[in-house]
Amino acid sequence: MPGGIKFFGEGLPYQKTSDCKGRLIVVEGTDGVGRSTQVELLEQWLKVSGHGVVTTGWTRSKLMRKAIDYAKSGNMLDRMTFSLLYATDLADRLENQILPALRSGFIVLADRYTYTAWARDSFRDPVMKWIKDLYGFAPVPDLVLYLRIDVDNLVPRVIETGGMDYWESGMDLHLADNLYDSFKKYQRKVIEVYDQLAEEYSFEVFDARKTVEEIQNDLKACLAKVL
Amino acid sequence: MFTQAHGYPGKLIIVEGMDGSGKSTQIRLLYSWLESQAYPVFFTEWNSSQLVKSTTKAGKKGKTLTPTTFSLLHMTDFADRLNYQILPPLKAGMIVLADRYVYTAFARDVARGVHPGWVRKAYDFAIKPDLAFYFRVPTEVGVERILSGRPKLKYYEAGMDLGLATDLEESFKIFQGMISKEYDKMIKEYELIKIDGTRDIEAQQAQMREIVGKALENFKTKRRNYARRNKVFWRRFTLPEDE
Repeated sequence: MPGGIKFFGEGLPYQKTSDCKGRLIVVEGTDGVGRSTQVELLEQWLKVSGHGVVTTGWTRSKLMRKAIDYAKSGNMLDRMTFSLLYATDLADRLENQILPALRSGFIVLADRYTYTAWARDSFRDPVMKWIKDLYGFAPVPDLVLYLRIDVDNLVPRVIETGGMDYWESGMDLHLADNLYDSFKKYQRKVIEVYDQLAEEYSFEVFDARKTVEEIQNDLKACLAKVL
Repeated sequence: MFTQAHGYPGKLIIVEGMDGSGKSTQIRLLYSWLESQAYPVFFTEWNSSQLVKSTTKAGKKGKTLTPTTFSLLHMTDFADRLNYQILPPLKAGMIVLADRYVYTAFARDVARGVHPGWVRKAYDFAIKPDLAFYFRVPTEVGVERILSGRPKLKYYEAGMDLGLATDLEESFKIFQGMISKEYDKMIKEYELIKIDGTRDIEAQQAQMREIVGKALENFKTKRRNYARRNKVFWRRFTLPEDE
């Protein structure tokens, strides 16, 4: 991060971040859009090109994974508590993985970032400001690669690659009385917010309806320019 | 919203203060008194929900918690208790007594190094208590009470993660001093009711009861006798565990 790290809000006053020379590159997009596949391919490509790369992913922190799985499996958790679990997950990865890697000059590829939390939760009005404030400790990434898709193209993809689940369908929001309709309504809203965030935070937008190879080439072309 | 009155029929009464300030003793005495007056009372305690208990424990054991994750884990615990232990009884018209509240985070997490503005905004989902008591003791008094009654201080409790001193007791003293300073700043900011924690237990309790009694003047809800069971407001749907 040339020139040191900028934060979304108050940052981490007790951490020295002026010496972070690496780059934080985020891949965003809704559930089932093909993010993880692209991140894997990018990681390979960057390594072959001679860059030090560290990949990190949403809910993958050692500290929080169990608690998040436990929370997801239950039937008693509200969205706000969930938001806090996810924020803790990011904070743990940030301080124990991302910042050390940036200090050592690595490229950090993040599969999902704060925007995921904002897209999932911020269409509920009173929560919008709160959840943005909550992530005030997070660094603004150098680049956000956004894989964009529409709901109608998303549905067959998701059915082919693992199916809809309760949370990705937003069933807890009672938007519909069945998984399929709820999935469509919920994902449509999530994508809407992603699109707003894309403007607000100047994402690089990619058409995720293309083939894996085509998307990968687009991503590489964009990254090559930045690096 | 933390800044507005909550508007529920119940009452939320909380106690705050540094370790060894005597607040837990006082709120338990208050609990007995309110129960004896036939008020419906519910008690909840900082950092006690099942949700993140094992995570916090593991993080403390492995010493991987940072000031921010420490703060966020306690916030998660609080959100969970707010939803299942604080809001339901308040909506049901009960008196909720809380041993420690968000002010603990504002004092402790800020002493640890997180930004005071950030932690306050992050807790904005909390509701404002009807009465907030702050038990104030000089740092030496609180520290002395803890040290004389406890075999060994724990790493995070003593603030060892901050690298203030190499000795547990020394670190604990410095850390408690920093927390105490943060509390003092909040008295005005949040209109905390200051109680002198160096007075006799009886005198403090009498003062507390007078203030609470006044606040409950128009509070009519009385408890009826149902079956004597623990008060719970929700039950998780679970399958019975195999032996």
